[in-house]
Amino acid sequence: MADNDSHRKLRIHALRYNPAKAGDTPRIQTYELEEAPGMTLFIALSEIREKQDPSLQFDFVCRAGICGSCGMMINGRPGLACRTVTKDLEADISLAPLPVFELIGDLSVNSGKWMRGMSEKLETWVHAQERALDLKRIEEPMDPALAEAVYELDRCIECGCCVASCGTARMREDFVGAVGLNKIARFRLDPRDKRTDADFYELVGDDNGVFGCMSLLACHDVCPKNLPLQTQIAFLRRKMVVQGTQG
Amino acid sequence: MDSTPNVIAGVGLADRPRKSRWPARMDLAQSLTGLALGLFMWGHMFFVSSILLGKDAMWTITKFFEGYFVLGTAYPGIVSVVVAVVFALVIVHAFLAMRKFPANYQQYRTFIGHRKLMAHEDTTLWWVQALTGFLLFFLAAVHLYQMMMHPGDIGPYQSGERIWSGGWGPLYIIMLLAVEFHGGIGLYRLAVKWGWFEGKDPNASRKRLKTLKWVLTAFFLALGVATFVAYAKIGYQIRDQKGAVYTPSWVVPNPMEKAK
Ligand code: HEM
Ligand code: SF4
Ligand code: SF4
Ligand code: FES
Repeated sequence: MADNDSHRKLRIHALRYNPAKAGDTPRIQTYELEEAPGMTLFIALSEIREKQDPSLQFDFVCRAGICGSCGMMINGRPGLACRTVTKDLEADISLAPLPVFELIGDLSVNSGKWMRGMSEKLETWVHAQERALDLKRIEEPMDPALAEAVYELDRCIECGCCVASCGTARMREDFVGAVGLNKIARFRLDPRDKRTDADFYELVGDDNGVFGCMSLLACHDVCPKNLPLQTQIAFLRRKMVVQGTQG
Repeated sequence: MDSTPNVIAGVGLADRPRKSRWPARMDLAQSLTGLALGLFMWGHMFFVSSILLGKDAMWTITKFFEGYFVLGTAYPGIVSVVVAVVFALVIVHAFLAMRKFPANYQQYRTFIGHRKLMAHEDTTLWWVQALTGFLLFFLAAVHLYQMMMHPGDIGPYQSGERIWSGGWGPLYIIMLLAVEFHGGIGLYRLAVKWGWFEGKDPNASRKRLKTLKWVLTAFFLALGVATFVAYAKIGYQIRDQKGAVYTPSWVVPNPMEKAK
């Protein structure tokens, strides 16, 4: 867009707090820097760490919205720092770590630990009928439209933005979040997964699962991969209600 | 000695072999009672607002619900039964929806902070819904109990007197606001919660539903306020005639007398 915008002075107000350091208290620290063309928050934060403050903690791996490690609260809402272009924001930008997840320090959280716990609880892997392992067997064909639908839901990068945005997840620690519900929807679609709705009910048929969701839809609105979370959660809710009222 | 199921349930192992089906039933029941109440409130508002068409219109609707035009005699007891059913719905609904409230200070504090930080419309709307729902515990209970016990006291003059001289005005106005916001948001939430009217483009549909929700809320609030004012005006006009009962001049004989 406007080129003359690209020489703004940005003021990044980052939440600083190191829980490992005795006596440390949360505070906001402001960094000033010149905006560069095409600058993302990742670039801005890297520049700050390089030139101003090597102690600032934040996570990045892929820089392309694939690994899901750079989720943070950007002006109060969760988003990926590497996919957020500064020119879309005001010159004053507030950054904070994602809530819910274990805080490592400053903007860095251990979302992996949470995701692993959720995956184990919900058994988010294909449950195939046990057959003798045969590496030469040709994979069973899948209808392309179905494969596409599975792939659509498989785009989740486990960034945790949906969890951090969710009022339910914030209030209730054991809520599996939209990420968990989306995963169940994904395996439910997959014909290789032999689990039935009765099995899925055992995993998400309670107030920590799909019935805990209060349909605030923040997850849907913040998901950086634009996953159809609203549709998937509503669909799963209908299936689980059928299971719960007939089974 | 306690029976085996009691012992197993008592130590929290009842749902081990198979998850309870109650969360599913409760979620469904919460939505069904919410839907029934929400739709009832629309109908209710239309009936009450008949006063805007005149005293005779309101009187006719009232007598219709008392069975006068079918049975030839007015039985206010019919109204009591309907109110009792609505009361039961409210109790079941409130009991179920209560599960979603913040359960302690920590949760309350977290939600407040979260709502402020996120400034996300649907999250804020849920908060409004929870707060107005909490208010309705008290407001709806008072109103429903009164109507259940004194169903005969509904009519252009009696209802007007209640608002102007009987001290019910403040309750009705707060209840109007609470119900319209609560019910409107609730019906919108039902649609997105269960995936109704999603169509091909759920995001566009959601936007339309949201707009529709606001339009309906504005409409019913406007209708409600106009209705309130109409009753208050009648109450003011008859402020010196305590216990007056309106009967249209064309009604012979008086239905209440025949009922006796
Ligand atoms: C009297 C006390 C009441 C309380 C405490 C109450 C509370 C609540 C709460 C907290 C919710 C949100 C539940 C959720 O997010 O899952 C809710 C949902 C709802 N309420 Fe109420 N409510 C009351 C009365 C009413 C009345 C009178 C109406 C009719 C206008 C109504 C209509 C609805 C609807 C349609 C929903 C959406 C249901 C759903 O999301 O499953 N409620 N109520
Ligand atoms: S569903 Fe979206 S917001 Fe949630 S973890 Fe996956 S990619 Fe992130
Ligand atoms: S719809 Fe709301 S309550 Fe449900 S998972 Fe998404 S953010 Fe959480
Ligand atoms: S760095 Fe991988 S998603 Fe942002």
